[in-house]
Amino acid sequence: MSAPAEVLAVRGLTKRFPGVLALDDVTFTVRPGEVHALVGENGAGKSTLIKVLTGVYQPDQGELRYRGEPAVFGTPLRAQQAGISTIYQEVNLVPLMSVARNLYLGREPRTRLGLIDFGRMHREAERVLGDYGVRVDVRQPLRHLGVGAQQMVALARAVSVNARVVIMDEPTSSLEPREVETLFGVIRRLREQDIAVVYVSHRMEELYAVCDTVTVLRDGRHVHTGPLAETDRLTLVSLMLGRPLGEVGRQTTATPAGDHDGEPVLHAEGLTRPHQLRDVSLRIHPGEVLGLGGLLGSGRSETAKAIAGALPVTGGSVTVAGISVRTGSTPAAIRAGISLLPEDRKAEGIVPGLSVRENIALAALPRLSRFGLVHEARVDAVVETFMKRLRIKASSPHQKVGELSGGNQQKVLLARWLAMHPKVLLLDDPTRGIDVGAKAEVQKLIDELAEQGLGVLLISSDVEELISGSDRVVVLKDGAVVAELSGDDVTEDRLMRAIAAPTTAPDDTSPTIPTSPTSAEEAAVHGH
Amino acid sequence: MTVLKVRPPAVTPAARTEAGTNRGERLSALAQQHGALVALVLLAAVASLSFDSFATGDNIENMALSSAFLAIVALGMTFVIITGGIDLSVGSVFVLGGVLAAWGSRHGTLVALLLPLAGCGLIGLVNGVLIARTRMAPFIVTLASMLAARGVMLNITDEGATTYLVDKNSLFIRLGQDELLGIGIPVWITVVLFVAGAVVLRRTRFGQHVYAVGGNEDAAALMGAPVARTKIIVYTLSGLLAGLAGALNAAWLASGVTILGFGMELDAIAAVVIGGTLLTGGLGFISGSLVGVLLLKVIQNIINQVGSLDSAYQQVVSGGFLVLVVIAQTWLGRRQQVI
Ligand SMILES: Nc1ncnc2c1ncn2[C@@H]1O[C@H](COP(=O)(O)OP(=O)(O)OP(=O)(O)O)[C@@H](O)[C@H]1O
Ligand SMILES: [Mg+2]
Repeated sequence: MSAPAEVLAVRGLTKRFPGVLALDDVTFTVRPGEVHALVGENGAGKSTLIKVLTGVYQPDQGELRYRGEPAVFGTPLRAQQAGISTIYQEVNLVPLMSVARNLYLGREPRTRLGLIDFGRMHREAERVLGDYGVRVDVRQPLRHLGVGAQQMVALARAVSVNARVVIMDEPTSSLEPREVETLFGVIRRLREQDIAVVYVSHRMEELYAVCDTVTVLRDGRHVHTGPLAETDRLTLVSLMLGRPLGEVGRQTTATPAGDHDGEPVLHAEGLTRPHQLRDVSLRIHPGEVLGLGGLLGSGRSETAKAIAGALPVTGGSVTVAGISVRTGSTPAAIRAGISLLPEDRKAEGIVPGLSVRENIALAALPRLSRFGLVHEARVDAVVETFMKRLRIKASSPHQKVGELSGGNQQKVLLARWLAMHPKVLLLDDPTRGIDVGAKAEVQKLIDELAEQGLGVLLISSDVEELISGSDRVVVLKDGAVVAELSGDDVTEDRLMRAIAAPTTAPDDTSPTIPTSPTSAEEAAVHGH
Repeated sequence: MTVLKVRPPAVTPAARTEAGTNRGERLSALAQQHGALVALVLLAAVASLSFDSFATGDNIENMALSSAFLAIVALGMTFVIITGGIDLSVGSVFVLGGVLAAWGSRHGTLVALLLPLAGCGLIGLVNGVLIARTRMAPFIVTLASMLAARGVMLNITDEGATTYLVDKNSLFIRLGQDELLGIGIPVWITVVLFVAGAVVLRRTRFGQHVYAVGGNEDAAALMGAPVARTKIIVYTLSGLLAGLAGALNAAWLASGVTILGFGMELDAIAAVVIGGTLLTGGLGFISGSLVGVLLLKVIQNIINQVGSLDSAYQQVVSGGFLVLVVIAQTWLGRRQQVI
């Protein structure tokens, strides 16, 4: 392959953190106009590599070349100015600042006097974001947007500068399928403009949909680089896990359908909340995994939050095993045996300064202590089990969670809720950002828990996971239940159709947000 | 994962759920922004009805002048607090600025102005460099420089025994005592500084960086904002403004008074917070701080008017007010998240 010269290259890169060799003699090159997948298990070193490339970390060893010249980026700003634009794994915007100010921070349009021209900035922000299918009042604080829309703002920000290399670290982990399509459109356009893209994701389908080349990292070492088309999925997974092909196999999702009769362990009736939920009712039987399908903003997360008492409702009731639970109170819900793995884990769950052990044991402490004293040995046993089963990669149970890789932080949170032994477990996108190996393990754990008589509510933006993991699926749209699939009807096709079916949703909730004349549909297709 | 081939709705559903929340959000944002102003207007109205001597030209002028010095200090503090920091040194720096100005006035107006600016700006610069580069807590760093500034001041004044007077005929003294269109020069300077400060904060890139650093420091760094430089600038600015306020105060009083001003940092912080700036950073308004200062001064003035009340009550009332504001802020903040 006579490829054009490389635009970005590192050789012999080593990066050490206390106790961990995060990158060990890594070589990585990117050519103009190529979409380069960077894959590996959680903790393999992908984000660290990206941070070294973009000046967040300084390498301990190794040479970085950019556009043929040796380069040193002391700060992310330097890398940006040189033309490397990055969407980091953690949402990297400022929630309190307005959408437009986030989009333009550091390169605001200015008047002749050198003052920021807010009129122009707002107009341009509206136009640019409209191209990404995000139609919102750009003057409102960014935090009012959903996680997906925030991610689209980050994408727009990264792409709207004149970049030669665009790096995306798990950009899709909080995106809806429609937004993913928009993202792919953007990536294809970048490729046409001869811009290099580095793409990190744990979703195999995505890699095969947009990437040309793949580099595999394992435990901080470079193990493979080659055209993606020549590497099939199984080979890729076995390269990532470092296990031979035969052992990887296809994940079996044995969900014994069984019949779930008798009294439901969870019964939510008529949950209502202005503009968000309309008379949502659902019941989960012991041993059942109920999937909750629908698009972003259809009310999935809100339903879970309402059940868990984290979102006040104006109407409706929740019953656990026949006993009614006061709505709008998290403590009441927890006492009744409901636990929720929230969607926004950064803000609502993880305690970065505490150790892995403490984070896992936090919520389960009452269960693991007697007469107010913590049973240390039992805590150790629980922590060890989960660290092993979920393959949490940490130097020890005492490492700070904030130092773990993104995916491993997710696993710690998941372990916390699984360790609680609730009666009802509400999982909002449990495998987001988790690698293939661990994903299968999470699904197995969920099934095991269900077999022990737990009721599980599963929300997932991954349609396949939702279908294969659930016994029954309730489909939401505009905050109301529009369909329920059970038995043989639980198929992707049926789910899609239920979601796509036109609804007779009254338009009394039409927003006050201005929309520009171009239709959203058009924008989503054409991008810029 | 399978990619859904669903026609996008005309408006993203995400936007739809936001629509309902906007009104509540806006109301609480408004309350956050203008609550202090409403309180100020009400209080001033009640005071002018209750006390004949409140709304007189003399009293208002007096209040405006005595507010000016605190306001200048609070201006710098606003920048610092929006970055998520705190500057405890401003009270001592204010006093030092006054002493340096009075001492320097013997060598001419230029020295009287430049000496405090240089000295106090330097303290601010050291604060900023230490906080930005060593990542020490602003609380600790500025506590240390508060003590250091006090030490320097005591050294210059022989443990406070010497009070330097400003020559009655110097040009410098006119900065503090002259009037323009019937309004004191320090008040004019304050107004100009606040207008400039508001423009810098709202309309320049530096201002955006100030908000970004306070809103989410890590994200700001990843977005390419010069985090360290921004912090260094705001602390330097805070030192400079505190020094300037001290110098003007010395010109007004015609001497470098060594006792007034200690503890001023707390008044400045209170004014900024009452004015709607979030103590945790990322959100705030220049104009709010001015309102906060005026509110504190009006409370003080009313208590003086009552006469029978001990002036110590001024502290109690201001403190109570501050607690109320912080509770309201927390409540509004929580409301904004829940809705
Ligand atoms: N700041 C840090 N301090 C200590 N260790 C760190 C730090 N950042 C990363 N590590 C360690 O470096 C290793 C690589 O982490 P990295 O974030 O690069 O993984 P990753 O491939 O991006 O994983 P994921 O798919 O979960 O995002 C991990 O073992 C992690 O614990
Ligand atoms: Mg990562």
